[in-house]
Amino acid sequence: MISIENLVDILPLIIISAGILLSVIIEIYSSKSENILPWFSFSLFTLSAIYALYSINSVSVEFQNMINAGGIVNLFYFIFCSGSAIVTLLSISYLKKYGAYFGEYFILLQTSVLGMMLMAAARDLFVVFLGLEIMSVSFYVLAGLNRKRLSANEASLKYFLLGAFATGFFVYGIALIYGAVHSTSIQMISAKFADLSGNILFLGGILLFLIGFSFKIAAFPFHMWVPDVYQGAPTTISALFSTGGKAAAFSAIMVVLAVMFTGSGQNQFTPYLAVISTLSMLYGSIVAIAQIDIKRMLAYSSIAHAGYMIVGLSAGNALGVAGIIFYLAAYTFINLGAFGVVSIIEGENESNLTIDSYSGLNKKSPMFAALLAIFMFSLAGIPPFAGFFGKYYVFISAVKADLTWLAIIGVISSAISAYFYLRIVVLMYFKETSSDFKIEKSNSAQLAIIISVLFVVLLGVAPGTLIDLITSFLK
Amino acid sequence: MENSFLVSYLIFLPLLGSLVLLFINKSKEDLIKYFGLFVSTLVFVISLIIYFNFDSDSGEFQFIHKINWIKNINVSYFVGVDGLSLLLVLLTTFLTPLTLISSWSAITKQIKEFTFFMLVLEVGMIGVFVSLDLFLFYVFWEAMLIPMYFIIGIWGGEQRIYASVKFFLYTMFGSLLMLIAIIWLAVNSVSVLGHFSSDLVELYSVAPSFEQSLQMWMFFAFAFSFAIKVPLFPLHTWLPDAHVQAPTAGSVILAGVLLKMGTYGLLRFCLPLFPDASMKFAPYIAVLAVIGIIYGALVAMVQRDMKKLVAYSSVAHLGFVVLGIFAATQEAVQGAIIQMINHGLSTGALFLLVGVIYERTHTREISYYGGIAKIVPLFSFALMFASLSSVGLPGLNGFVGEFLILLGSFKSPVLNSWWFTVFASSGVIFAAIYLLWMYQRIVFGEVTNPKLNEIPDMNKREMLVLVPIFIFIIWIGIQPNTFLKVSDKSTKKIIHQVYHPIDGENKTVTDVK
Repeated sequence: MISIENLVDILPLIIISAGILLSVIIEIYSSKSENILPWFSFSLFTLSAIYALYSINSVSVEFQNMINAGGIVNLFYFIFCSGSAIVTLLSISYLKKYGAYFGEYFILLQTSVLGMMLMAAARDLFVVFLGLEIMSVSFYVLAGLNRKRLSANEASLKYFLLGAFATGFFVYGIALIYGAVHSTSIQMISAKFADLSGNILFLGGILLFLIGFSFKIAAFPFHMWVPDVYQGAPTTISALFSTGGKAAAFSAIMVVLAVMFTGSGQNQFTPYLAVISTLSMLYGSIVAIAQIDIKRMLAYSSIAHAGYMIVGLSAGNALGVAGIIFYLAAYTFINLGAFGVVSIIEGENESNLTIDSYSGLNKKSPMFAALLAIFMFSLAGIPPFAGFFGKYYVFISAVKADLTWLAIIGVISSAISAYFYLRIVVLMYFKETSSDFKIEKSNSAQLAIIISVLFVVLLGVAPGTLIDLITSFLK
Repeated sequence: MENSFLVSYLIFLPLLGSLVLLFINKSKEDLIKYFGLFVSTLVFVISLIIYFNFDSDSGEFQFIHKINWIKNINVSYFVGVDGLSLLLVLLTTFLTPLTLISSWSAITKQIKEFTFFMLVLEVGMIGVFVSLDLFLFYVFWEAMLIPMYFIIGIWGGEQRIYASVKFFLYTMFGSLLMLIAIIWLAVNSVSVLGHFSSDLVELYSVAPSFEQSLQMWMFFAFAFSFAIKVPLFPLHTWLPDAHVQAPTAGSVILAGVLLKMGTYGLLRFCLPLFPDASMKFAPYIAVLAVIGIIYGALVAMVQRDMKKLVAYSSVAHLGFVVLGIFAATQEAVQGAIIQMINHGLSTGALFLLVGVIYERTHTREISYYGGIAKIVPLFSFALMFASLSSVGLPGLNGFVGEFLILLGSFKSPVLNSWWFTVFASSGVIFAAIYLLWMYQRIVFGEVTNPKLNEIPDMNKREMLVLVPIFIFIIWIGIQPNTFLKVSDKSTKKIIHQVYHPIDGENKTVTDVK
């Protein structure tokens, strides 16, 4: 029977679900829904995030072994909800510029977060699939919200087709795993993992699962959709794709295959993971140098960062998993901040999105230039910002697992990527303005970016607290 | 051991000052300048307090401050000074206020940002010299790139963007290899220590026991990064651009302190942590050092730009320092350390003087000048003084360092050959050639350009900056022992670590060579 205790344990999920239903009602009946819904969503996400942290210590298993609650799951809830809260703040002024200021945007935002949260909380493969689909379909629609724009339509359709393909891989993998394990429960999979490690059906299923997952996190060679989708979608949604979408996919893989990553080191999937990690890191860093549009540049940088995170997966030890979670937390705030500044600089009709528009930004707005500089340095992995510690943990785990060559490739790719991150800083501070455009003031967006930068600095100066928290739950 | 906060004050006071500076309105330029000067002088005073309370008879790290930072990977905030780092910290805190004063007339735009970056740079520099945890060292090492990059890029010369990006990417690439080596070292120390450690004092007892091939890779990773910074031939190509394009204050700090971070790293990390690899590679690195001495001097000779000439002279002088380090005898290493200080003082003075004359005429072309002795006598005297110090005239500081290094390399069992000393000595002669020739072309002879007649001589502020430097130049030249005895025991300890890597537990040096 479902008791109150069960419901309290999954309160974040309930808050968001109830919020979705309420939002739909508000959207139908209120004519001023566009004014109410942003703030409603924001309070929903903040409430959820705070409660997730508050109840982080109450670890439990719910609903006939289908849902996890507490511990790492709540940490992921916090990442998703605070990320979406920041996106909501950014969207309020951005959507008016972009031309898609509908109440449905916020409803879809909430459904996508619900999907992400289900993926993180899953204890059964079907729940993973459920969460994945809810999140993905919301993303497909959000990408193409402005039907009058060709690039948005292209982005949405591309994402839909390729994403459906990826989901197909996922489901086929689930089917094969079921065939081997005779259950979709993750507990059973973990228990039988060692026995089945020679079983073709099982290995095939896991491999297909990993392939579907690689689509979602934008790893090479399944990254083809990323630049076009990130460029065509509204900037705030691209921000959500690159952070929330990635984090959700990683949480799914780490939950499902947790048994693979708490071992002592390499396993049979390490070659696959190490190879796609290398290719993602190098490909993302190198191709980003050639980009002229800043959203595409950030898209390729997203591919590279997925590569760094997969290094942690290849290592296959607990430190790697902890490193990835830290990296995701840091990366969420850094990328949200970077995309946030891009969304503020962006003008009507998707103007001011080229890298040249950033020339002389220091003169126009010293604050945004400084903030974007901090985010660029963080992405490049320069201490003392959060991005550096994420990379450091992941590289330590690689060296520990005898994958030093992977760490060396990681640092080479970091050095290469420093070039294009620095290029933005150079343009902002050292070059003159090429085009005169006014930056619209928006208090909510500024607040969002300042919250992001505070987290980035906090995680950079005191990374120990978060890492200790993560490792305490991984035991 | 109880924690001493003095060293942490050194690091965090400029940081605090820079943050307070952000809140001062940027129109109050005088307030900003005086505030910056106040903070950096206060830091210098604190470093003097440390100096006077420093125990020169012990080779150990003093004024230690250690707090747990990231428990999970055993990284602590671990700082302390020994003789070597104390001298370099004093150099840093001494030069920073002087460069701030010197830039009062040179920097005219965005003064607030400039002072901010200089203070943040000071945090990074001091942090590098006092860090006793490898990870913390790395954080400061990288973090220091950002303010330097901005200083060159915003207030620099015509080609500043090229120079600053080159500087940043070149240095960062080197240090990323060092990051891998630090991680590798920390992971491999688990087998001996039982836990992950990037603590330098612990690693001193662990790292030398690694087998030689492992040591060689790690030595290479560390040394590569430091060699870029020094700069050691052939990794020096970023230096001329960075030095020439940087504003005067930037060049002084770059030459005076930042280059020393490379040689400091070689002495603090490469030699004691990987003694077998160091001794094996020493002859090769010494060859590169000697090539640097001669090559730097020869290229300096044909320069037409004053600043580039002084920049190449840095390559030559630091070649001496690297030679002294890898000779690994007491005299040579002591000579290297004192030469680090000397180079900071004399090349700093040279850059300041080039800046003085550049402010007046806005050109650094040597051919533009001639016969300014009568027009600006004070400047001419100062330039002579600084040049002779750089040449290594006995009685001034340069001679002490060069002599000790040459003496030490002559009898070095590691280098095992007189030829190093023979070729390096020719560098002394070359230094005299290029510096005195430059001096003659600029100062003596006929006044080649009638416009030169109008340039004013050095004013009180410019003299105020140079006089303390000159006092130390004479002091080190006549009574070098005041400074040599500070680092004496630390040098003994380092050399002991090279020849007798592990004597049981983490014992201190009681029997010396």
